[in-house]
Amino acid sequence: MTQAAATSHLETSTGLDNRKLLMWLFLGSECLFFGSLIAAYLLYRDRGTGPPCPSDCAFDGVQYEGLFDIPFTSVSAFVLLMSSVSMVLALAAIQRGNVRGMQIWLFTTATLGLLFISGQAFEFTEFNHEGLSLSTNLFGTTFFVLTGFHGAHVTIGVLILLSLFTVSLQGRIQQKDSLNVELAGLYWHFVDIVWIVIFTLIYLIQP
Amino acid sequence: MTLAEYRKRRGIDAAPPEHAAEREHVEKHPGALEYAQIGTILAVITGVEVGIYYMGVAHALLVIGLMVLSATKFSMVVLWFMHLKFDHRLFSSMFVLGFILALSIFTVVLATVGGKLV
Repeated sequence: MTQAAATSHLETSTGLDNRKLLMWLFLGSECLFFGSLIAAYLLYRDRGTGPPCPSDCAFDGVQYEGLFDIPFTSVSAFVLLMSSVSMVLALAAIQRGNVRGMQIWLFTTATLGLLFISGQAFEFTEFNHEGLSLSTNLFGTTFFVLTGFHGAHVTIGVLILLSLFTVSLQGRIQQKDSLNVELAGLYWHFVDIVWIVIFTLIYLIQP
Repeated sequence: MTLAEYRKRRGIDAAPPEHAAEREHVEKHPGALEYAQIGTILAVITGVEVGIYYMGVAHALLVIGLMVLSATKFSMVVLWFMHLKFDHRLFSSMFVLGFILALSIFTVVLATVGGKLV
């Protein structure tokens, strides 16, 4: 037995797995990270020195149309939400010993995640064509930093899911290893709840 | 002393049992049907959010409505999909502590520096 395998079965004083405890601690700290970024966005979005703006605005008597495309972002939010459903179904499958089911749902989740990232890349490109960049104004800076970091988290999540999928194809994930899928799932669901907050506070609630 | 020697001395089986709390937690998990039902509810709430956005209701009402719906979606994902409803309280404590700290920073920053939500 390898050292990693041996330590993964060590009993703990709490009766809980240390890896899961560490994941929750990490997610708690991530709340602070994204909370700060969202607060910074809300603080600076109205202090822009010029266009473009998230919603319709006026500078020097000229009206500018807002950048946000709510129908498009709503579809993205729906896609990420559904990826959370497929993720939890992957976990349910492996906990019942259904490896094939887990593989299908893991792949579905990764695909939906990629679809979300593609949507975000398209949105960033569109905004850039409209003249918004990281350094255009405070709205641009805080918006790209916030959604960029979220996109980076989704990308890491997709890589984790694809790694799990590849490992499972080699027969190295069985029912007894369901904690690995659960840990990936916790990270993925966290990324989803962050988008739930971003979608409401940044996109739907305009000043 | 090696781990094997320690286990032998303490009378612990060579093949250690799974974490009791973990096993109990897994047994409480909902089934695929319940997850699908929750997913449907989440999708409907998202639809309602977008619908409210286009209804042209008063801004304050829009903000309150969207916040309530968003908090509902957030809670459903955390409680069911992340299993905090069924899991050990220590995990909840870790997350809630971080969340409350984040919410405090969020509120204090917006209140003192002058950001606005509404």
